[in-house]
Amino acid sequence: MKQKIVNELKMSFPSLSENERFSRLAVSGFLSQLNPQIDELSDIKTAVSEGVTNCIVHAYRDVTGIIFMQVRIMEKGKVYIKIRDKGCGITDIKKAMEPLFTTAPDEERAGLGFAVMESFMDKIKVRSAEGKGTTVIMEKTLKSRKALFDI
Amino acid sequence: MNVKILTDKNCRKITALIYGDLDHHTAKHIRSDIDSAIHENNPKRLIIDFSNVTFMDSSGIGLVMGRYKIMNEMSGEVLIANPPTYIRKVIQLAGLHKLCPIVTNSEDKPIVKPISENNSDNDLAQQKKTTISEGQNA
Repeated sequence: MKQKIVNELKMSFPSLSENERFSRLAVSGFLSQLNPQIDELSDIKTAVSEGVTNCIVHAYRDVTGIIFMQVRIMEKGKVYIKIRDKGCGITDIKKAMEPLFTTAPDEERAGLGFAVMESFMDKIKVRSAEGKGTTVIMEKTLKSRKALFDI
Repeated sequence: MNVKILTDKNCRKITALIYGDLDHHTAKHIRSDIDSAIHENNPKRLIIDFSNVTFMDSSGIGLVMGRYKIMNEMSGEVLIANPPTYIRKVIQLAGLHKLCPIVTNSEDKPIVKPISENNSDNDLAQQKKTTISEGQNA
């Protein structure tokens, strides 16, 4: 059964590294209505930062493009986050998601972006087409809120 | 200013106090400041202090790894000082504490020993042990 959307945020911004901080603070501000626990919010902020940094560093490598974000608060404290770009796309998603794999070692990228997203969120889905862009969808159910909704 | 560098020439030690958020944007500036201090002072030990870091993602891991490589080539070492819980989580996910021991209160005494080989694939278990050992130290 499809879950009902309780609230939704949509935003888009250019792929400037200054916007990394803005994007995670915007998500954190929007989710504050759920009264999340500090560690849950910190996990989400870190995952968002990884997703947005990927768009800036990899998708729009030598250009500035637009990053699209959608954050949904679903029933029972479920948070849905979609980060989309129209950049270069990923040739091999499986390879890209391997911990420590990076195409930018000279820039001291650790190759842990997807590993962090996978570890800090409940679910992650990546869709990509070369030359067209990448979409990352992440979900996390806030434990504290789930308990509250279940009553 | 995202980083303050304290040098102790007698002990050939540099302490880098990082402030605020550590992400891909701020890492660039912090990296160049630390690297110039390393080249000027030729230290044996680099302590990166995280007590005032409000946020860190994997860009922070890249930053520490890069400094580890430089210090390692100079036969020096890197210590990670006072990471808050949310930063410790990222560090342990990356297994970075195996290369750069975690210390607290700017004492150069590691509170987390590098994980032994047979434990290397279980960072979460190590995290629990860390909590216990901290409790005992307190």
